Amino acid sequence: MIEYILGYLHSDVTPGEAGNLFWVTVYVLLVFLGISVGVIFMNWFERKVMAHMQVRIGPMRVGPHGLLQPVADALKLIIKEDLMPAHADKIVFWFAPVCVVMTAFCGFIVVPFGRTHAITDMNIGVLFMLGVSSLGVLGVIMAGWASNSQYPLMGSLRSGAQMVSYEVAMCMSVVSAVMMTSLVTGTGTMSMIGIVQAQEQQHMWFAFSFFPVGLTALGVFAIAMVAETNRAPFDLPEAESELVAGFLTEYSGFRWSLFFLAEYAGMMAVSAIATTLWLGGWLRPFPHLLGGANWDTAFSLVPGLGFILLGALCLFYAVKMPKLRSMRGNLLGLAGFGAFLAAMGLFMLLPGVRTRVQDIFWFTIKVGFFMYLYIWYRTTFPRYRFDQLMKIGWKFLLPISIAVVVLTAVIGVRQELLALLFSSWFGGRR
Amino acid sequence: MPQNYIPIFVFLLVAFAVAAGTLIIAKMVRPSNPEKVKGMAYECGIEAQEGSRQRHTVRFYIIAILFVVFDVETIFLFPWAVQFKLLGVFGLVEMLVFLGILVLGFAWVWKKGALEWI
Repeated sequence: MIEYILGYLHSDVTPGEAGNLFWVTVYVLLVFLGISVGVIFMNWFERKVMAHMQVRIGPMRVGPHGLLQPVADALKLIIKEDLMPAHADKIVFWFAPVCVVMTAFCGFIVVPFGRTHAITDMNIGVLFMLGVSSLGVLGVIMAGWASNSQYPLMGSLRSGAQMVSYEVAMCMSVVSAVMMTSLVTGTGTMSMIGIVQAQEQQHMWFAFSFFPVGLTALGVFAIAMVAETNRAPFDLPEAESELVAGFLTEYSGFRWSLFFLAEYAGMMAVSAIATTLWLGGWLRPFPHLLGGANWDTAFSLVPGLGFILLGALCLFYAVKMPKLRSMRGNLLGLAGFGAFLAAMGLFMLLPGVRTRVQDIFWFTIKVGFFMYLYIWYRTTFPRYRFDQLMKIGWKFLLPISIAVVVLTAVIGVRQELLALLFSSWFGGRR
Repeated sequence: MPQNYIPIFVFLLVAFAVAAGTLIIAKMVRPSNPEKVKGMAYECGIEAQEGSRQRHTVRFYIIAILFVVFDVETIFLFPWAVQFKLLGVFGLVEMLVFLGILVLGFAWVWKKGALEWI
């Protein structure tokens, strides 16, 4: 059994490609666990960062520095009474959160956390991911319609219109990234792993290919993905000043928290697409500028050392904590958490482990960058009006994304284009 | 590679089990004292005058139609995007004609004011 597991650790295909159902199930469960932990962490991190940006201290009571606050919230939501409006469509009302969770998580099937750390790899990966992530609007519309109440319906209609409008610009910018995959080999690919490998081959993240073009595509995508996930400053469907809570108005208890889970999972999914397409997926920074075996080892040590540093920080703050009887639980908890992090860091320093773990680490760091941007936007930008939102989507982002596609195509075939122009102009005179 | 698509069903099954399972667990744990007032639709403290299944502004339909047009357009772009280096200038011109027609339509829609939200 152990030999079987160890043998798999050295394989270089994804479990989906190998057709191994056991490993597929293990990976699916691992991804589920990882995303759930990520959502819990994001919940805490968002409150903490927002609080500090607004010169507050944020959650402090439950656990050291409020670390257990999300867990306490989840417990509260489970034991809270769940109301359903008397005139609601019962089946659709029940199915809406399930549908939203299913679609939000499904995108992660093709997300490559590393060369082999993906559940499966399809040759239409990007298309699958875009399709699944836009299916989320179905659940939102279902939620609004089934509630049979004015505010939720209005919110879900707005949400549908908004997701649909930004979908177009999003797809267009993805087209330009897909085009860039064919620059060296001649044939492009839509598989998520293939896209990262193309960036590895071209020694360039697509964000920096054709200098301003790739970056513009990423910019369009980065704006569209905020609107796509209904986050501030595009959180019109949940605009509490006009629509109470949008399509969530009639939802309470654990159904509501499923929507919450799906929202954060969806944010991570679109951030993962952006990372894969433009920021080089699992590739470490500067793989060619700082190439060579020495740099490889140095960069592969970063995840382990980072975890040890985090553990040391936890221990430091545990020591600094006021020595009160009532704080003893917190002190022990924080110290234990620090020790756990440090142990994980030590484990990641093992030679066999670090080469396989560092892919996941770099990928997570890049996704985390986008997640931090989400929080930053939320504290910085005021909410748009609905007509402004539609104006940005259709009159600003869509023309830019079409221009990006055309520019990428023209720059991509510039040599042939120039050759053709020269031969037709100067060839005619001869 | 059909085996690459099997994990989708495994994942859907697990996702459904997790979502439905947590809902069922929550149902077993939570209290349930339904009342007439609790079952009323949210309406700022007063009773709702009429149901929500009524007409809404036509703008949403226009947006939906525009979305269908432009999303199908991007779907047509994908096969070309994968092969655009091989197809070269010929493919580029073909696609520019296709895009040009759509951009013309887009300009017309813009001019007509279908994108204005009043």
